[in-house]
Amino acid sequence: PRVLPGSPRKPHFDKILVANRGEIACRVIRTARKLGIRCVAVYSEADHDALHVKMADEAYCIGPAPSSESYLKMDKIIEVCHLSGAQAVHPGYGFLSENAKFAERLSEEGIVFIGPPASAIISMGSKSESKNIMTSAGVPCVPGYHGDNQNPEFLFEQATEIGFPVLIKAIHGGGGKGMRTVIEATPDAFYEALTSAKRESLKSFGNDTVLVEKYIQRPRHVEVQIFADSMGGAISLWERDCSVQRRNQKIIEEAPAPGLSVELRESLSAKAVAAARAVKYVGAGTVEFIFDNDTQDFYFMEMNTRLQVEHPVTEMVTGLDLVEWQLEVAAGNPLSLDQSSVPLVGHAFEARIYAENPRNNFLPDSGQLLYLSTPTPTLTLPQSYKPSPTLSSSNVESVAPTLVSYESVPPSVRLEQGFAQGSQIGVYYDPMIAKLIVHGKDRSEALRMLRKALDEYHVVGVSTNVEFLRTLAGNQAFIDAELETGFIPKHFHELFPPVTESAPEVLAQTALFVTLRDYPKQQASTAQSPWTSLVSRRFGGDVYERMIHLQDDAFTGEAQPRAVRIKSVAAGLFDVEVKTSSGTPVKFYGVSAKLISPTSLSITLNDKLSTIIIVSQPPPPFIPASLSHNTMERLHVFSGGRKTTLVIPTPKWLLMQGGDVLSAAAGTGALKAPMPSLVVEVRVKVGDRVEKGQGVIVLESMKTETVLRAGISGIVKAIGCKNGEMVQEGKELVNIEADEET
Amino acid sequence: GTRRALQKVGLQKCSKRLYHPTVLPSLISTTSPEFISKKEAMDDLIEELDAKTAKARLGGGATAQERMRSRGKLLPRERLALLLDPHTPFLELSSLAAEDVYSDYIPGAGLITGIGRVSGRECMVIVNDATVKGGSYYPLTVKKQLRAQEIAREHGLPCVYIVESGGAALPHQANVFPDREHFGRIFYNMAQMSALGIPQISSIHGISVAGGAYVPALADENVIVQNQGRIFLAGPPLVKAATGEEIDDESLGGGMMHSTESGVTDALARDDNEAIIRVRGIIGDLGQAGYRGVLPEEKVEGPVYSAEELHGIVGTDVRQPFDMRDVISRVVDGSRFREFKKDYGSSIVTGFAHIHGYPVGIIGNNGILFSPSALKATQFILLCSQRQIPLLFLVNVAGYMVGSKAEKGGIAKDGAKMVRAVACADVPKLTVIVGGSFGAGNYGMAGRAYSPRFLWMWPNAKIGVMGSGQLSQVMTSVSKDPSQHATLKSEIEHQSTALYSTARLWDDGIIKPTDTRDVVGLGLALASRRPSSGNQSRTGRSTTWDGNGMGFGVFRM
Repeated sequence: PRVLPGSPRKPHFDKILVANRGEIACRVIRTARKLGIRCVAVYSEADHDALHVKMADEAYCIGPAPSSESYLKMDKIIEVCHLSGAQAVHPGYGFLSENAKFAERLSEEGIVFIGPPASAIISMGSKSESKNIMTSAGVPCVPGYHGDNQNPEFLFEQATEIGFPVLIKAIHGGGGKGMRTVIEATPDAFYEALTSAKRESLKSFGNDTVLVEKYIQRPRHVEVQIFADSMGGAISLWERDCSVQRRNQKIIEEAPAPGLSVELRESLSAKAVAAARAVKYVGAGTVEFIFDNDTQDFYFMEMNTRLQVEHPVTEMVTGLDLVEWQLEVAAGNPLSLDQSSVPLVGHAFEARIYAENPRNNFLPDSGQLLYLSTPTPTLTLPQSYKPSPTLSSSNVESVAPTLVSYESVPPSVRLEQGFAQGSQIGVYYDPMIAKLIVHGKDRSEALRMLRKALDEYHVVGVSTNVEFLRTLAGNQAFIDAELETGFIPKHFHELFPPVTESAPEVLAQTALFVTLRDYPKQQASTAQSPWTSLVSRRFGGDVYERMIHLQDDAFTGEAQPRAVRIKSVAAGLFDVEVKTSSGTPVKFYGVSAKLISPTSLSITLNDKLSTIIIVSQPPPPFIPASLSHNTMERLHVFSGGRKTTLVIPTPKWLLMQGGDVLSAAAGTGALKAPMPSLVVEVRVKVGDRVEKGQGVIVLESMKTETVLRAGISGIVKAIGCKNGEMVQEGKELVNIEADEET
Repeated sequence: GTRRALQKVGLQKCSKRLYHPTVLPSLISTTSPEFISKKEAMDDLIEELDAKTAKARLGGGATAQERMRSRGKLLPRERLALLLDPHTPFLELSSLAAEDVYSDYIPGAGLITGIGRVSGRECMVIVNDATVKGGSYYPLTVKKQLRAQEIAREHGLPCVYIVESGGAALPHQANVFPDREHFGRIFYNMAQMSALGIPQISSIHGISVAGGAYVPALADENVIVQNQGRIFLAGPPLVKAATGEEIDDESLGGGMMHSTESGVTDALARDDNEAIIRVRGIIGDLGQAGYRGVLPEEKVEGPVYSAEELHGIVGTDVRQPFDMRDVISRVVDGSRFREFKKDYGSSIVTGFAHIHGYPVGIIGNNGILFSPSALKATQFILLCSQRQIPLLFLVNVAGYMVGSKAEKGGIAKDGAKMVRAVACADVPKLTVIVGGSFGAGNYGMAGRAYSPRFLWMWPNAKIGVMGSGQLSQVMTSVSKDPSQHATLKSEIEHQSTALYSTARLWDDGIIKPTDTRDVVGLGLALASRRPSSGNQSRTGRSTTWDGNGMGFGVFRM
């Protein structure tokens, strides 16, 4: 139902509270600010200096760093609502966004929850219930058993009926936890997978009920963005493809899904709208489907009752601000567009930049963003598309995208980030650093924009997936849109080419950076002593030479550091000789180089002028103190769209000294926290006898548990931590006194 | 002419300098045949110098270097490079010492000496080159080390001794051991400098035996490399002969023993790298000891004219005259020179300038010294003494004028005035011999005997009691045998060369004309050094004649 001209609109809220952090909190605040709505931020002690706190009009600290004590604390958030006079709460995604109890509590308190009614959250929160609802609403579901009978033999029978391969899934599961695939149609294989899925589910969600479904071999993950108002209006804002995943989590999303026929798109949208209607949905929601590449069938998977991480790709192709729409709907206004007038312009991608290590099974990383340099965004919020003057017939009943053509839009780059240089990433919260969104007139233009933008995205301090995303965006199969959820394992070798020894050019560039960086400091204000101003000066035909040793951080083929000889021929002019593993050194003559900022080097190498970004990362504090200040220093080089990390190796004597210190420390039996982490469990007490290798402390960091084990057998002399405590890296947690005879 | 030249300069370089009255003009034609032939001759000489220096810098050669490396040691120059702050200048001294002196090739006299920055402080660095005859001390090795210590003492420079030496070269012991300026003087100097508040630091990288054992022992603080450095008064064979005791090197004088038992050493390093890093740490903790340089007051600007042109201006034939102002204008800041008494005693040029921002009084030769020239120079030295402005002598002197007219005019007493003023000047003196330095002119122009802080020679420079031409005329008049004259003439010519001089430590090294400005600038920065205010009581005592305000004695009027 379209808003009639002149019909009264309900006013927006004056003030809302954003119950989230990071990029999504910033995203919500940005739209609110655009609409003149004041924003209240909440933050944990760890987020005192966070960007969302700075952007908000007012901010309240709601507790210590762990989210269970801050961002998940409903009482505290409701208290802040009253304190600040916020009329509504935007939950973002994650945290309390799909918590029905929170939605209920808010409405009891007279505060508007910017999201669906609690009943819809409850219906969609349970996988089995949601499928029953969908089936009755005529939305196709994956064949499977979603009942309460958890008898293993019964479940095996059901699996046989559905037909192998099957998937066993925890009904409260998510994020890949409590999920197992069974390929082999044998009871043994089935029971083993069942037991392990139940165990994990119980541990993660406190419930071990599972469902069994058909396993689709070449599935795509296609989801439809829907929007519904409180008057019963519901439309689709078209679909997104999020097939390329790692660890069952999305990594790159695009809209529209490539290769869908108009009919298929129409059908998907219609089913998604039907799904929304079935639960009397209000607000922004996403209906996820499994799309079978082989049969072109799609099945309902689940519905997410929140604004999703990847909502910007939809915004880019529709030109709609979804947060603004959420606020409109929450204020009680009807949807401002009908289905036929929803634009679908061009193609958009979103790449999620995570602190993680793709080459190490995408394990999350944590640390400080020592350096962050991003491509320059061309816009911050979606811009609405204006239909070109040529009018076309408007078919109100159609759910297919309108045929109205839009004025040509220039390609654009958008960046959603919640962190600035210096922020800590991934210790307490999700390790996502930012989202990079590009929009182009077609898929190939958007991909080109994406590759360029990723080339310009430089992070130092944590490992990131930027280079992986760059490889992915340039992968032929990805370019050809051969999408499926198993894309990464299928194309593993192309996506992870072997790490090669760094090019001599990169070593030369890095060595010259070190050279210029180490020049004696000149004070511009006063006259200089020639003992500092005559840089590298030698007399009587002598030439200043310096050897710089560099070691590849990632390359494991040859551990030997490589020597670079720098000769200072004249001011700013050098001869460079790089030793290679093949033996013959590579020589560059008459290289001119100049530092144009502390992190950028302008260099002419082999007659090619280029500007290279090099960021120095000082050695971690636990490296034994040394007078040679750049020992173990890491140099992150961004050259020609590639990131290379080189290390200034520790000299032999310092390693020997380190060895001496370590062997002295080993005898003491002191266990130290290897990284900032949460103490989950202290398994010993003072006076206990422990055996070498016995687990003593369980730590959790980045949602991963680590068991610290005793290095020696002996008696526990002291304990330096307690359950639930956050400990800093290097803190001594347990001290064990060795047995006399050892 | 001057005006036009200035305009030309202004157009070429910097218009601000256009009307400055003290900017020296340059009337040099770089395309004249004379200029070109002088330049070519100088280029050849420099090429020869480069070749000799490059060879000397390799020390004992590839085989000896490889032997040292195979023992896990760093080469002497690698130790030096690691010791110095990266990208700072190094003013090496007498790198061609002992060149063609001994029957063996002893490059650099087996010792590397020079001034460089360590942990932000200028230090005198003395490195034994064990690739040259095991780093043993030849007579010139001793002389080179004593000269380095003398410079250190005069400038309050902390001394770093990087030791690896078998001690005195036995066949030369008569010229190494007994005399006042021989081996023992090294330790005398170390003891006295330490007393004067000038730190003496050493690190031991190889054997340091007999007399050599006293270098670490007399150091204020030292480091030894384990399983490599060895300190003992007598080695195992001698011990066995003397006492019958059988013992190996490491137990007798190794790093572990000296660091844990004898206390001869203060720190034990695992290898050469660590030892050098530890020495850098020691220098970083010298506190108020030693002198500190003073920053120049003036902003530094380069000369207006190219130093490359010095080759074609000066050439290599000492009989060919040139205007010293053309040298000065290529050395001093902004080519600015405020000339003193320009039109009086014109065979000597005196005036004030700055080099690398430091004020300097320059005395240069433009011909034979007459009475007025000597008197003018004397007055100028008194001026500089009063104003505490260091003196730079640019030497190209054939001597004082001879003949009845000159003698009647009292050239002897006027020359003596100049010599007395030079000897007693209350300011540091730096000498660069850019052409000839003959006869008493050598005295008046601050020759080695007049203790300039530094004395450098250009490769074309000549030094002798008189020019070889004059000398053979004198010989003809006093001797009967003409056949000997030719031999003597060529012998004296050979002995007058810069190479002959530098091999015997009559100077602190041969420098290129193009290096002059920077070398002198570094020298002036060193001459500016004073005891730090926090340590006046200890290092307040002057270690030089100049700076003591002693005055000039009796001038013969």
